[in-house]
Amino acid sequence: MANHGAGFDPEEFTRAAREFGARLRESRRWLVIAGLVIVGLAAIYGSYYQVEPDEVGLVTRFGRFVRTSSPGPHGKIPFGIERVQKVPVQRQLKQEFGFRTALADIQSSFHKDEKTNAESVMLTGDLNVATVEWIVQYKISDPYKYLFKLRDVEETFRLMSEASMRTVVGDHSVTELLTVGREAIASKAKQLLSNLCTLYDNGISVQQLILQNVDPPEPVRPSFNAVNQAIQERERAINDAWAEYNQEIPRARGLAEQKIQAAEGYAIDRVNRAKGDAQRFVALEEQYRKSPEVTRTRIYLETLAAVLPAAGRKLIFDEKAKGILPMFPLGPSQEVKP
Amino acid sequence: MKPRSLLIAGAFALLGLITLSSALYTVSETEQVVITQFGEPIGQPVTEAGLHVKTPFAQEANVFDKRWLEWNGNANQVPTRDKKYIGVQTYARWRIANPLLFFQRLRDERRAQSRLDDIIDGETRNVIASHDLIEVVRTTNRAFEKAEEVEDIMEAETMREIALGRDKITRMILERVKHVVPDYGIELVDVQIERVNYIESVQAKVFERMISERKRIADRHRSEGQGKSAEVRGKKERELKVIESEAYRKTQETMGNGDAEAATIYADAYNRNRELYRFLKTMETYRSTIDKESWLVLSTSTDAFRYLQSQNAVGGGKSGAATK
Repeated sequence: MANHGAGFDPEEFTRAAREFGARLRESRRWLVIAGLVIVGLAAIYGSYYQVEPDEVGLVTRFGRFVRTSSPGPHGKIPFGIERVQKVPVQRQLKQEFGFRTALADIQSSFHKDEKTNAESVMLTGDLNVATVEWIVQYKISDPYKYLFKLRDVEETFRLMSEASMRTVVGDHSVTELLTVGREAIASKAKQLLSNLCTLYDNGISVQQLILQNVDPPEPVRPSFNAVNQAIQERERAINDAWAEYNQEIPRARGLAEQKIQAAEGYAIDRVNRAKGDAQRFVALEEQYRKSPEVTRTRIYLETLAAVLPAAGRKLIFDEKAKGILPMFPLGPSQEVKP
Repeated sequence: MKPRSLLIAGAFALLGLITLSSALYTVSETEQVVITQFGEPIGQPVTEAGLHVKTPFAQEANVFDKRWLEWNGNANQVPTRDKKYIGVQTYARWRIANPLLFFQRLRDERRAQSRLDDIIDGETRNVIASHDLIEVVRTTNRAFEKAEEVEDIMEAETMREIALGRDKITRMILERVKHVVPDYGIELVDVQIERVNYIESVQAKVFERMISERKRIADRHRSEGQGKSAEVRGKKERELKVIESEAYRKTQETMGNGDAEAATIYADAYNRNRELYRFLKTMETYRSTIDKESWLVLSTSTDAFRYLQSQNAVGGGKSGAATK
């Protein structure tokens, strides 16, 4: 640096250069000190790291894994000799298929697009199509494997999950998928995914696999609803018929009972009347036997006494005076010969 | 001169540093290295992670990934053996098992990817094309559980038994590819059929089929409803008839019994004196038949009026209708 000025010859310049050099030497000391301080600070900064409570830190020295550190403050060799990668082993992680949570809140909002639709459309075992949405909850059980075994673990895990779900759905009918089979499908898919994790040795343990919306594809949906509607209709038709049944049968039973009761009343009435009439006749007959002639005449005359006033017209004629009868205009009347 | 020596020292230090950085190299946990000398591979690949030394400048460290690497297939349009056009998307995971061979044959991952595209897509096509769709979709021959309210009236082709199933077909692809890729220093660790979908035009037909299938199911429910309700109505009609006729039978029987009993009672009583009964009954009939509309034409020779003729007529007359 001192030879900066060594281009011109004048002495004055040489002296000035010397002065400048001395000043420079003075300031260079400061520069060195400043450099050391910066390096020192960088060393302190680079040798400190902190692991959060839900993480572990994996330390590599020259790229080689040397140790795992638990949550808390730690030290390492700085300047890139030791590096730390933090893995959230305690955190429950989640992947969504067929939809994405756009905003998780009390009222979460979801988001769907071309890509998520492609995730959810799949074939069922009876060669129908359904859209299945599901989530997978998982934890990182082995951070070493998680970091060093696969490149792009998360994406691979997504693919594994899709393959598992489709395999299981492919072995169930669309009806099962939509109704009775949901739980079985979820648990089988989880099993399959866990097996794949073991095979891939990716350090992930599957916690839960939960089916979300499972639907027939959009264009077919109305016809599935129509089936439900038809089921309702069937139930209603049957219920209506039973309602009619329940309305009419008890009424008919009641009416029948009424008729039977009335008939019994009639029978009793007949018998009682018969008994009464018989009693009366018997009583009279007993008296009659004592004096038949008188009783008979009495009854006859009594009857006439009652009947004659009731008759509208009375004509009493002598048998000897014949021929008068045609003179009377005989209207509707009864001729009684006593 | 002092500054000059400083300069020289600095230059040497720089040179040394460059040499050192060329001699030392790090291998991370995820890497493996092939050392080449003037382009020629030297010695065994370095797979141990950590700090390593090589001859500076002459030798070069070629870094390869040690992890399982991704390969994601494109959606292939393949006709199955039963002529269904489907889109099949597979994914595979592979690793560089022999970095030396890999380096010699392929040099880098991009070329490996394109080679894998050819091999895996090709084998996938071959295997899919020689099997029916159902074989790719189903894994086992498990019988579908029938939901209570939905009778299965599926088309026969969708309910066929499978011979292999998705698992075995996947394994078939895996096996075939597995035999080819070691030539490139690659080990194929897994292949999975990720997605199987109908292509657009087929899908429309499938939707149509699904719709008609559901329509049939719906129709069946409806007619079942009509049938069952008719059954209930029939049962109702029958029971109504039973109830009504039984009531009729019972009323007639009861009334008949009453009539019969009454008749017996009357007969018993009136048999004591039939003559008297006839007389009384006749009298009663007069009472009930003669009203103010009636005309009575009576002869004086009747019992009742014979006294109008003569006082002496007593005893000589007839008893009229009463004695008849």
